[in-house]
Amino acid sequence: MSYQGKFRVWRGDDSGGGLEDFTVEVNEGEVVLDIIHRLQATQAPDLAVRWNCKAGKCGSCSAEINGRPRLLCMTRMSIFQESETITVTPMRTFPIIRDLVTDVSFNYTKAREVPSFAPPKDLAPGEYRMQQVDVERSQEFRKCIECFLCQNTCHVVRDHEENKEAFSGPRFLMRVAELEMHPLDTADRVDQAQDEHGLGLCNITKCCTEVCPEHIHITDNALIPMKERVADRKYDPIVWLGNKLFKRS
Amino acid sequence: MARAEIAARTLRTDRWWLPPLTTFVGLLLISIYAAFRTFQGDYYWVDQYHYLTPMYSPCLTEECIPAASHFGQWFPALPGFLTPPLLIIPFLLGFRITCYYYRKAYYRAAWASPPACAVAEPHSKYTGETRFPLIAQNLHRYFFYAASLLLLINIYDALLAFGTGVGLGNIILLVNVGLLAAYTLSCHSCRHIAGGRLKHFSKHPVRYWAWTQISKLNNRHMQLAWASLIFVCLTDLYVALVASGTISDLRFIN
Repeated sequence: MSYQGKFRVWRGDDSGGGLEDFTVEVNEGEVVLDIIHRLQATQAPDLAVRWNCKAGKCGSCSAEINGRPRLLCMTRMSIFQESETITVTPMRTFPIIRDLVTDVSFNYTKAREVPSFAPPKDLAPGEYRMQQVDVERSQEFRKCIECFLCQNTCHVVRDHEENKEAFSGPRFLMRVAELEMHPLDTADRVDQAQDEHGLGLCNITKCCTEVCPEHIHITDNALIPMKERVADRKYDPIVWLGNKLFKRS
Repeated sequence: MARAEIAARTLRTDRWWLPPLTTFVGLLLISIYAAFRTFQGDYYWVDQYHYLTPMYSPCLTEECIPAASHFGQWFPALPGFLTPPLLIIPFLLGFRITCYYYRKAYYRAAWASPPACAVAEPHSKYTGETRFPLIAQNLHRYFFYAASLLLLINIYDALLAFGTGVGLGNIILLVNVGLLAAYTLSCHSCRHIAGGRLKHFSKHPVRYWAWTQISKLNNRHMQLAWASLIFVCLTDLYVALVASGTISDLRFIN
């Protein structure tokens, strides 16, 4: 069954822009990305949109649909009323390139700031046998498709551009947690998380978890456990006293 | 390069304001009720059936009804309008205020930081939990220890009340401590202490088992936070109504 759907799509670039109204055909079983492609094919050939796999696995088509950060390819048209006007805008947190395409290089900068996996220097390949229970926690974080919807939604940088330097965002704090929980990682990531990646700025309001298309429990399984490890290290007077008394490093 | 020029604070079309509003009203009503009962200083003990409301347990000052002071009266009577619960409420309140779930709830509902996902917050500056006073949220584990101790006392009170028979009040006190225990055990700090801080689960099978069980409860932390909070108030209300003679306790075994 087809109908004519009403859409408002943000068009413009870094010099300005605004929402433009379109009426586009919608067919049964389609997702918002299908409509954007039809819009490109029939009415706005110069409309810029970043996409790739159309299967929710590449993380390219992140945008905001009716104000909610979502993947264009994973948002079914069937969740909307036929009479509804659907607004499609680019991610707000990142600089605009054109139309629905933003410059997400902030995330690549933050990715480079996380020191890579550091196994013990004297461990030869094949010497260690990893147990499944030891990798399960980090495996959840490996589901991340780097769509950066969590980075876009997090109010720490979304509403406060000035925090971008100090805050790595949920995706990269999760990466720090993944490495910190790895049984073989020897790097000291707890102080780093707080001092260099801005974990203290997170006020655990869980928007990262809400928007994650992979349903990773970012807050409960990565950010809060890291906050607890930071509390162990920096804010726990009993642990501090124990370390002093028993000369633990 | 600049961000896309979008003036609207949010383009969300759903009722995003409803959850923070509900949370705010819920927390406000419970705070008003708890403050009223705290300063009322009466109707916290049913002598006939040994029901003690959790809000007054342990009752440690000399103005407490002696039979309600299961652990003795350690402190002199408090001056003026001050009442015995004021000695324990800071710990219970501290546990709830620093709880990771409640933090989310009141940061959103009371401080609009943010009011909802992808809805701009009204504050021009944001420092999160990096400075005083919010850096004190890191003390959650200490409030967890204190709340665990108070929970054990509540369990003792609930079991002690069975000495006079079984009534509806006993069941209510029992369900109350059950919910409080589930909420306390599901705490993120508890999960961390039990096993979350380990790097090698395989080397600590007992702690790994405890961590997996607590993780299951932790998935329901929000639901348990609300259920236990509301039920504490209902338990207190029931004890107050029976203690004041407004209603009589439904007895099953006397």
